[in-house]
Amino acid sequence: MKQMLTLEESANYNRKILNYIHQASETGVYDIRGLGAKRRVPSLDDLVFLTASLSRYPLEGYREKCVTKTVLGTRFAKKPIELEMPITIAGMSFGSLSANVKEALGRAATHMGISTTTGDGGMTPEERNSSKTLVYQCLPSRYGFNPDDVRKADAIEIVVGQGAKPGGGGMLLGLKVSERVARMRTLPPGIDQRSACRHPDWTGPDDLTIKIQELREITDWKVPIYIKFGATRVREDVKLAIKAGADVIVVDGMQGGTAATQEVFIEHAGIPTLPAIRLAVEALEEMDMLGKVQLVVSGGIRTGADVAKALALGADAVAIGQGVLMSLGCNTPHYIDADGRPVDVTEEYQALGTAPGYCHHCQTGLCPVGVTTQHPLLEQRMQPEWGARRLINYLTTLKMELTTIARACGKSNVHHLEREDLVALTVEAAAMAKRPLAGTNWIPGA
Amino acid sequence: MSETFDLKTTTVRAINEHLHGLAPDATGVYEILNPNGSHNIAVGVDAPVEINIRGHAGYFTAGMNKQARVTVYGNVGWSVAENMMSGRVHVKGFASQCAGASGHGGLLVIDGDASSRCGISMKGIDIVVGGSIGHMSAFMAQAGRLVVLGDAGKGLGDSLYEAVIYVRGKIHGLGADARVEDLSEEDRTQIGELLEQAGLSARPAEFTRVASARTLYHWNPTSPQVSVL
Repeated sequence: MKQMLTLEESANYNRKILNYIHQASETGVYDIRGLGAKRRVPSLDDLVFLTASLSRYPLEGYREKCVTKTVLGTRFAKKPIELEMPITIAGMSFGSLSANVKEALGRAATHMGISTTTGDGGMTPEERNSSKTLVYQCLPSRYGFNPDDVRKADAIEIVVGQGAKPGGGGMLLGLKVSERVARMRTLPPGIDQRSACRHPDWTGPDDLTIKIQELREITDWKVPIYIKFGATRVREDVKLAIKAGADVIVVDGMQGGTAATQEVFIEHAGIPTLPAIRLAVEALEEMDMLGKVQLVVSGGIRTGADVAKALALGADAVAIGQGVLMSLGCNTPHYIDADGRPVDVTEEYQALGTAPGYCHHCQTGLCPVGVTTQHPLLEQRMQPEWGARRLINYLTTLKMELTTIARACGKSNVHHLEREDLVALTVEAAAMAKRPLAGTNWIPGA
Repeated sequence: MSETFDLKTTTVRAINEHLHGLAPDATGVYEILNPNGSHNIAVGVDAPVEINIRGHAGYFTAGMNKQARVTVYGNVGWSVAENMMSGRVHVKGFASQCAGASGHGGLLVIDGDASSRCGISMKGIDIVVGGSIGHMSAFMAQAGRLVVLGDAGKGLGDSLYEAVIYVRGKIHGLGADARVEDLSEEDRTQIGELLEQAGLSARPAEFTRVASARTLYHWNPTSPQVSVL
């Protein structure tokens, strides 16, 4: 008689955990990977809009004027950043991304009237030349950071941390460190390039105040200074950033992406974007700085609905990284060749141990669709013109979705979206966003 | 030409704006009086001018300097000559923390002592310290040379990349992946040249060379090390 199998999976020791333990036991090292948190966390998906009906008066869906113009950096800078819509391309490094990708980002952003952002490794001519409005990051590593590029920047973003790895610094594995990348970073090719977890020339917020003044002096107080950090102790960090003199604060939730970091950080450090927005807005309100210091949020912003919800919660703009890369082909089964034909690369995904739709192997530099690579052949798979066209479509869609929701809420300006327009679908989201659970007046913890 | 600014009657901002307006090939001498510990004096200058700061200066003095020869007749606060690209910064007194942080080029001379993290993250700058340096100096230093005539604090050269450190006095402890190496003839020549440029004197043979053991160049020594590029 055949024995019946008993296949009862353990919740505590499920296949994912078993695989983790077995792999750790074999290798003795932790996993490093790209992109952001994959686990389900309370998110903007858990909110819905209370659009107009009898008690609110809507605007016509896609016809009536709905303002999207956004101004960042009005506190001290002589030349604030003006965007055609409340979206900016998040900071991503040349090194993690190819020069072609950086150019595509710049072209699309310029077409859409928004800004792009450099990353670790400095500013490339490709992105400066293609980006009308470019935010220059000042990171702990200071790779490639120099005064000439400071003066070319339209804004400077001091990066304290990142949502994918708050407090953890970063890494560009040697496999991606080409001659050009190495030269820009003043390090030998092929070695792992550690991005430090703290700045070399200041430590606490009092020093940061003087550092900001230094950058303002060097730029003759023309450009806005942003401060970006990963979402952990958001209320305190926002207040300290305000006190230090920031024009703009960028809060990056735990769903934010990275080119490469320890998975233990990606999945277990920081808080989700949803509560981070609420905490940041409350801090601005408590400091009487709402509207005076602008708030940009990032980390898992993917759709026009996400943008609208972030704005309704009080953000002035959002920054998008992973969504932008996916627009350029990340996780698609093919790339488009010079003749416009799709070339299937499923086998190359398999060689990396993954498949389209599941890939997070940015750290290898072997991106099958040529996005997160420095490989001279692979990077040719993502041509700037094609990529820019895709990204323009994506950003246009986001803008259309954002404005159609705003109109349905009766707003002629997307910045008029407000908290009162939102309710929560889950108890967790209600508590984190401090919005009532749908159909109730209940805000847990309020 | 020569101009004098008195920080009793003008502001750091006005001085910096004036210096930023100089042509990249401008010459001249600029005297800055009564700095009284002001921060950010002469930051972002890009001209081969001479700037003399007559007194103690605060944080980030001569930060991001290019071309200029800046002399501080006093002590400086944190991060003097941070991210310097070229030129020369000379501190006649003592320097606080992070002197020459992330400097890409040029020469920083400190006649007295420099506090902790001197030369942190240096990327090609040369630093000569007449006195001693504090703990964690040359942390993650990538390129350039740090010459110290006195002692070095604990954690010297932690996580070093390709920068080289020369210490004449006692080393109170090395950081992760830093090691003492034999002093070569080329090292002695380089030390002699740097001392001469700094206007300081010592016997090159008395110095100890510290460089990276390069065991941390890959986070996981068992992972593939061969670049696919």
